[in-house]
Amino acid sequence: MGQDIYGQKKEKYYVDGIHTHNYRHRDLHFCCYHGGFGMTQLPVKKNRSLVIKLAAIAVGMFGFGYALVPLYNVFCQVTGINGKTNTVAAANLDYAVNKDREVTVEFITSLNKTTPMEFTAETKKLRVHPGEFYTVNFFAKNKTDKMLVAQAIPSISPGPAAEYFKKTECFCFSQQTFKPGESKTMPVRFVVNPDLPKRYNTITLSYTFFDITDKSKT
Amino acid sequence: MSAVIAGHDEQHGHGPEKGILRWIVTTNHKDIGTLYLVTALAMFFVGGAMALVIRAELFEPGLQFVEPQFFNSMVTMHALVMVFGAVMPAFVGLANWMIPVMIGAPDMALPRMNNMSFWMLIAGLLMISSTLFMEGGAPAAGWTFYPPLVLQTGNALPFAVFAVHLLGISSIMGAINIIATIFNMRAPGMTLMKMPLFVWTWMITAFLLIAIMPVFAGAVTMLLTDRFFDTSFFDAAGGGDPVLYQHIFWFFGHPEVYVMILPTFGIASTIIPTFARKPLFGYTSMVYATASIAFLSFIVWSHHMFTVGMPVAGELYFMYATMLIAIPTGVKVFNWTATMWKGSMTFEAPMLFCIAFVVLFTMGGFTGLMMAIAPADFQYHDTYFIVAHFHYTLVPASIFILMAATYYWLPKWTGNMYDERLAKLHFWLSAVSVNILFFPQHFLGLAGMPRRIPDYAVQFADWNMISSIGAFIFGFSQLLFLYIVIKTIRGGTGEKVTAEVWEDARKHSLEWTLPSPLPYHTFSTPPTKIPTEHLGGH
Repeated sequence: MGQDIYGQKKEKYYVDGIHTHNYRHRDLHFCCYHGGFGMTQLPVKKNRSLVIKLAAIAVGMFGFGYALVPLYNVFCQVTGINGKTNTVAAANLDYAVNKDREVTVEFITSLNKTTPMEFTAETKKLRVHPGEFYTVNFFAKNKTDKMLVAQAIPSISPGPAAEYFKKTECFCFSQQTFKPGESKTMPVRFVVNPDLPKRYNTITLSYTFFDITDKSKT
Repeated sequence: MSAVIAGHDEQHGHGPEKGILRWIVTTNHKDIGTLYLVTALAMFFVGGAMALVIRAELFEPGLQFVEPQFFNSMVTMHALVMVFGAVMPAFVGLANWMIPVMIGAPDMALPRMNNMSFWMLIAGLLMISSTLFMEGGAPAAGWTFYPPLVLQTGNALPFAVFAVHLLGISSIMGAINIIATIFNMRAPGMTLMKMPLFVWTWMITAFLLIAIMPVFAGAVTMLLTDRFFDTSFFDAAGGGDPVLYQHIFWFFGHPEVYVMILPTFGIASTIIPTFARKPLFGYTSMVYATASIAFLSFIVWSHHMFTVGMPVAGELYFMYATMLIAIPTGVKVFNWTATMWKGSMTFEAPMLFCIAFVVLFTMGGFTGLMMAIAPADFQYHDTYFIVAHFHYTLVPASIFILMAATYYWLPKWTGNMYDERLAKLHFWLSAVSVNILFFPQHFLGLAGMPRRIPDYAVQFADWNMISSIGAFIFGFSQLLFLYIVIKTIRGGTGEKVTAEVWEDARKHSLEWTLPSPLPYHTFSTPPTKIPTEHLGGH
């Protein structure tokens, strides 16, 4: 009995367990054959409280699945590992320009599969001094004869560099509406924080345009 | 008092109801076990037929038989059917049959819920199968349902999601029932540390199921709302992140693969001692190893997604945590080997399947260890190497052990002996062809062949052809299994088996102390003597 994880308590159950066991079984027969609802003996109560506890765990885990969503976002924000960069304009940036250091910033543009647009960066690559402000133009065109609402999603690679890359002006801060066939030149103004760790020499900024015309109607 | 009750039991000791209604309304654990096992066997052939469509298409390069979209549906449905329709229900069926008799209980703790979980399984399986006939076809984005690809599924998506809900609820109810049975229904003297290992491994599996199935249900619900209700959990355009889905999925997915292997371990630990005629080596360490594997399964999920762009610290953590699993698993393999060491072994079909399991599962484990090495995994990721790995841990492991369990307990269930000669033929055909089928896939993966493609570059042609030949031999060999099972149920070799069936089996577990075939009701009065042979010490 010493091996039982329930220890002494369990042993007590077994002492009078002979009784309850037989009664329970007779009752079970009743249930099996006649579909009765007479299962009110002691083990049934035990079962009920256990089932409630286990079902509560299951419900809790369903909630935990949803809780992973904000947890993931907070975790990524704290650690900065998924390359999410600011989507509202950064303000009050006052950095000392570091003329001794140069960092390469690359620009990548892509379209989500079904987005009927043309989308390019005027500059593919730029050598920048940390602390200094730069402006790069992006060009986008609606290739359809319908109104188009699109949203650009920025992403920085390597991820941990994202928090050192600040945009003060960007077409990704809001939805972009294009008239039929309209093309736009859109500036992005940014600065690299001079605190950027030495191991990062290249930062890649990638934009993906998503067609959200259907979603923005509703 | 006990005499009065014994009389009462006799009075009620009639058999099952007559006719089809017996199977629909039954609350008898043996009937429900049979229903689960028959369903699992049927789905095993359905999923197997899908696998043969895949292997037929891959027999040579180029597109021969099916459209790429249908091919992708087959890949997805094969996995869903095999995981949720064949392997998991088969283990639940065995649990229903064996857990009550192994712990000396008259039935499962919650017989009516037991019936309900079975019929919800059927509803879920019908729903997922119905997607094959829908506009846009069955889900084709892989069983992992990764967005954004899966959101392009046609009408099938909501059906697949609701099918997952039904299958999940069914599994959770089954798991709750098993835990309630083990906690509340054990015979006097059947302490936790005297339970057969099959009962132990299932109890731990049941806890895993309760913890993970709701998470998967949540993940697919998020897919559903992303698609139909404009949420953006995984939609980057709305601020979501598709990689988040992978994290949630694999938080479920990794424990899920242990749901399919832990009961396997339990059955191997039950059968090997019987045919080695020795107590299981290291009972206690087996229990702790199972619990350790279950715990570790919750903290290693990102090794399925080393290539999504994790920081080095994350890759290192998940790499080392994954490698830790090799320790408790190694303990188990060592214990099985030590159990056989200097045993008086005989090689009946159940034992043959178990020995093949120990060897081939170990190989699947070793390739898993290779993939745990984060930098090396970049080569293996999404190639046939992965396909080879997880099929080695599922087919010659879970499936072989299910075969072993069937041969081991079928005489107990039916009272008839199976045809040993045919069973050995079935074993050798399966054991050889499963290696012809899956071993070449290691080479294909290392050479760079991606998984889930209907066509491939010509340099992969030879090994694919060999793999397909193995697949057809393996697939058709299973018809022999079906024949043997049916023949045994209908009388077998004509030889009536003893209560014990296997020499000295009654020393190992309670079911062998009962008559063969097992009566419809067993342990109306609890057993007085608990077998302790499997514990080693006396």
